[in-house]
Amino acid sequence: MQKIVVANRGAIARRIIRTCAEMGIQTVAVYSEADAGAPYLAEASEAYPLAGVQPVDTYLNQDALLAVAQNCRADAVHPGYGFLAENAGFAQKVIDNSLTFIGPAPRWLAAMGDKVSARALLAERGFPMFAGSDEVRDAQSAAAAAEKIGFPVMVKPSGGGGGMGMQIVREAAHLEDAVMRARAIGVSAFDQAGVYLEKYIEQPRHIEFQILGDGQGHAIHLYERDCSVQRRNQKLIEESPAPGLAPDRLEREAAKSAEACAGLGYDNIGTLETLFTPAGDMGFLEMNTRIQVEHGVTESVTGCDLVALQIGLARGDGLPTQPERKGFAVEARLYAEDSESMLPSTGRLSVFRPPRMFGVRVETGYVQGQVVTPFYDAMLAKIIAHGQTRELAIGRLCVALQAFAVEGVKTNATLLRRILQSADFLAGRVDTGIVDRLMGER
Amino acid sequence: MAKHEIESEVSGNVWKVLLSAGANVSEGDVIMILESMKMEIPVEASCDGVLQQVCVQPEDQVEEDQVLAVIED
Repeated sequence: MQKIVVANRGAIARRIIRTCAEMGIQTVAVYSEADAGAPYLAEASEAYPLAGVQPVDTYLNQDALLAVAQNCRADAVHPGYGFLAENAGFAQKVIDNSLTFIGPAPRWLAAMGDKVSARALLAERGFPMFAGSDEVRDAQSAAAAAEKIGFPVMVKPSGGGGGMGMQIVREAAHLEDAVMRARAIGVSAFDQAGVYLEKYIEQPRHIEFQILGDGQGHAIHLYERDCSVQRRNQKLIEESPAPGLAPDRLEREAAKSAEACAGLGYDNIGTLETLFTPAGDMGFLEMNTRIQVEHGVTESVTGCDLVALQIGLARGDGLPTQPERKGFAVEARLYAEDSESMLPSTGRLSVFRPPRMFGVRVETGYVQGQVVTPFYDAMLAKIIAHGQTRELAIGRLCVALQAFAVEGVKTNATLLRRILQSADFLAGRVDTGIVDRLMGER
Repeated sequence: MAKHEIESEVSGNVWKVLLSAGANVSEGDVIMILESMKMEIPVEASCDGVLQQVCVQPEDQVEEDQVLAVIED
């Protein structure tokens, strides 16, 4: 593998380009008109423009991306996260063009992209599940399924993910409406009308297991990340280890995740997302078939470069040995938004100075002077702090957030520091309601 | 009868226009939905009245403070 097209933008494009450079692999960047000033272009070996600014014309434009790959004689495509990363059709086209897709085989993207099929596959491998249904076809089958599961239930589009179209239904009278709405959102957002039901877990923790597989029946895990600190399904803070849970219990659940993926014959990288009830029961949520935004947390505690491992697995290097976990890592996502109104904030970064500190790593797609546009997501940077203790990692992260100078757009830095310094977070009492409680919204 | 201009709070795209000129609106009714940074941002009627004008169409790009619609109360 000598030349990789990075079919993405921003922080993850930079991240992939950096690892490729370290490995002596050339990179090809692509960029929309809105990203012409982004730093990742100069860091890549080559960069090609994609006409337009909207995702559908640029980073989601499969034909344009494949044309770039052909013209520059690349031999592989790394999709990053978001955009086409979990698009089985795109992955297959990459392969049909005699290129390597750096990610799981298309059949895994398809199987895990369909949430009903993902549930069935993991359940077959003995992975713990909360009560749920197959696809519900009409109001009657939905009512029967809800009856069996017990209210409250969560109604979800089966093509979904990331919280889109999900609705909590607490009584039978509201079920039909919710199913119709989930179906409409599924059709418009994912081109899939399927809808299914799951037991709704009140105030869960969101804990996910990082998996690597070789496609030959072997898999290892790189421990868990706790991503419970969210607001409206948007992750704000992630950490590893998950606080307040027995290490041997977590190790067992991580081993279960790896065993399930080994049994499936899963290849490359994946994340098994689970929910933990307040009583500590774990159940499957969904599986992500790509590198995650928060992969740096795992890198920080294992010393493994996940992008390098993805490339290695894609070219047949095989799995590394199970690494040990050292210390504690906490990541905060700095978003360009007004934390009060929840509105995104765009504009020119007149000042943008990430902190340089011992034990702190910053991943960003931005440099000072660049314009934050409304066309893509609002993430400005990820700040990952490591420490021998959780308290030290949190302390470093707070100092780093305070030292991060940003002018020209509003950010959520104050909210992040408020969460990090809250009594509940410091005590490791995290669940998906922590931010709303802190903001006094509930 | 006073005219109330509804301005965009963000820069972004018009994703969906839900109401058209002539519609009776109550304060808080969603007139259109904008999209900015992958977020849906509803634009609501600022008062009761009649929607006199919708100034944008789906897929239009809008700037912060741009007038999106006019209501006559």
